[in-house]
Amino acid sequence: MDFLTLIQVLDSSVRLATPLLLACLAGLYSERAGIFDIGLEGKMLMAAFFSGAVAAITGSAWLGLLAGIASSMALAGLHGLASITFRGNQLISGVAINFLAAGLTVLIAQSWFKQGGRTPSLTGAGRFNPIELPFAEAVSGVPYLGPIYSELLSGHSILVYFAVLAVPGTWWLLYRTRFGLRLRAVGENPAAVDTAGVSVVGLRFAAVAICGILCGIAGAYLATALQAGFVKDMTAGRGFIALAALIFAKWRPWQAMWACLLFGFLQAIALRYQNINIGDFTIPVQVMDALPYILTVVILAGFVGKAIPPRAGGEPYVKER
Amino acid sequence: MDVMPKWADVILIPLISLLLAAGLSALLILAIGEDPIAAAKLMINGALGSSYGWGYTLYYATSFMFTGLAVSVAFHARMFNIGGEGQAMIGGLGVAIISLYIPWPHWSFALIFAALAAALFGAAWAAIPAYLQARRGSHIVITTIMFNFIAAAVLNYVLVNVMRPKGSMDPATAKFPEAVHLPSLHDLLAPLGISFSKAAPANISLLIAIAACFLVWILIWRTKLGFEIRAYGHSESGALYAGISPFKITMIAMLISGALAGMMAINNVMGEAERLVLNATENAGFIGIAVALMGRSHPFGVFLAAILFGFLYQGGAELALWTNIPSQLIVVIQALVILFTGALDNMVRMPLERVFLALRRRKAG
Repeated sequence: MDFLTLIQVLDSSVRLATPLLLACLAGLYSERAGIFDIGLEGKMLMAAFFSGAVAAITGSAWLGLLAGIASSMALAGLHGLASITFRGNQLISGVAINFLAAGLTVLIAQSWFKQGGRTPSLTGAGRFNPIELPFAEAVSGVPYLGPIYSELLSGHSILVYFAVLAVPGTWWLLYRTRFGLRLRAVGENPAAVDTAGVSVVGLRFAAVAICGILCGIAGAYLATALQAGFVKDMTAGRGFIALAALIFAKWRPWQAMWACLLFGFLQAIALRYQNINIGDFTIPVQVMDALPYILTVVILAGFVGKAIPPRAGGEPYVKER
Repeated sequence: MDVMPKWADVILIPLISLLLAAGLSALLILAIGEDPIAAAKLMINGALGSSYGWGYTLYYATSFMFTGLAVSVAFHARMFNIGGEGQAMIGGLGVAIISLYIPWPHWSFALIFAALAAALFGAAWAAIPAYLQARRGSHIVITTIMFNFIAAAVLNYVLVNVMRPKGSMDPATAKFPEAVHLPSLHDLLAPLGISFSKAAPANISLLIAIAACFLVWILIWRTKLGFEIRAYGHSESGALYAGISPFKITMIAMLISGALAGMMAINNVMGEAERLVLNATENAGFIGIAVALMGRSHPFGVFLAAILFGFLYQGGAELALWTNIPSQLIVVIQALVILFTGALDNMVRMPLERVFLALRRRKAG
């Protein structure tokens, strides 16, 4: 692999890691507040459809983004209603949301566009187009550093840069603000938060809402930036890879970014090379596909550093009467 | 605690949930510009109006009984086995190996050993998440989700690189030999003088699925092991105090669950396709979740719910064929059933409890 190929693979890794990162951070807020969310996939899918559909109708990627966020937040609200208000099983609610999105997106797409469950292809302002960072053209001739800047760092859509900035943003919000402290506390010991006079329900709904916003952006990125329009089941398990990355990162923002970049890199490799030959030994493409999941199971098993979830995760909070 | 009589809990709540799901689905059909009543008629006619329709309904129901039982057994031990899909995929691998590589004299031997292999493979696939849950405390939901994806990759690899016949482009095994062809309901009912559609895929696996329902009922409610599983599901600390080993119950419940999910493969792989293809399970593993919730984790409830979902799947296929309603409508209905019977259970239950409480007060006063 020569230098330019490497840059191209890394560039594609960043593109593929972005939806993972956004969904992973979404899950991070929710699970840190004690609400398990295996419905990331469904929220992303719903957002991908509505952003693709609205962008196709209005010709504006930004309106598409808003629609995507709104639809994802509607599902997040449903998850909150089931798991916070009615104290239902959070995992079952997540499963239901995934199916709801898988079914509704195709149903509505067929009804609106009649193109076999997809939206029309987006062009021009209907997509988030690449942004050239300043001087990208000028420095591209500089050996090594030039291509890294102009090919790898420059030329992504605005949502990619947003996702990268969301990492320090999340870190700051969680570890440097009062809201973040309370949010983390509600995932570990909600009774203590309640005793301090802070609303457990309110905090958890806030976390679920942030999760909805970020999943919405992730979905919109898929339909209006990574690809030009929505196709059936376009999330293709990304919500679960994001979940895997979240565990891999042990529910911490910076580590989440590295985990998502790693999993994005694996996807980029699998996309570019079918089978990888190392001497006489061939790594089949299926190993690349399965690697994020295998790594996550290994991490979960605690053989390489134990992943301990937030202590109150998955438990509905019942205020004593 | 028991505000409601048992019949309300077992029958009324699932029924109300089902009505809610059906009502919302009808609104959805209206919203996409179709007629819900015509759609319902078409579904009933297509799924139950002919022995051909029944044949498909029962074929789907057979798969759903196995996966529904799988989820139920795990539920009794308070575990959520989301991995039925992967376990059924790997079970299919077991069925394919038994059917392809051993020259069977008669289908009955083949069926017994294929069922055993499917159960064994499915159980083996559930064993690792079970062990990790029991010994390392890794959350079973997450590990079984991961194992679904790993199973898909394994199956993909085996079908593309190992079991695909030479010269074939299709990622699938060769067709199974004629000797392992399972009798369909047509073949079974013909000697009794009942004519049943020849084209429908329902087969002898249906009887095995019904037997499995019965055996699971005996296991859960009539054996010591079943009692231990339920005790553990009710209260882990209580079970521990009674000398029940959490490790043992977790392992056994998950192995049984995985074996049941794996056994689904005798229906779809051996009974219908007669070769192993990539997407053989067609989400039946996930539908098992809805079936188990709807059936209240009771084998008889699972039996009824499986037939209901078999009806929905066959009816949905008919809808997609004759109207502009895509078959994904069924996925939405399934999601709503999971939502109302599972996650939003309290939304249905709380008002109902209030009604029963008021009724009881009036009686007392």
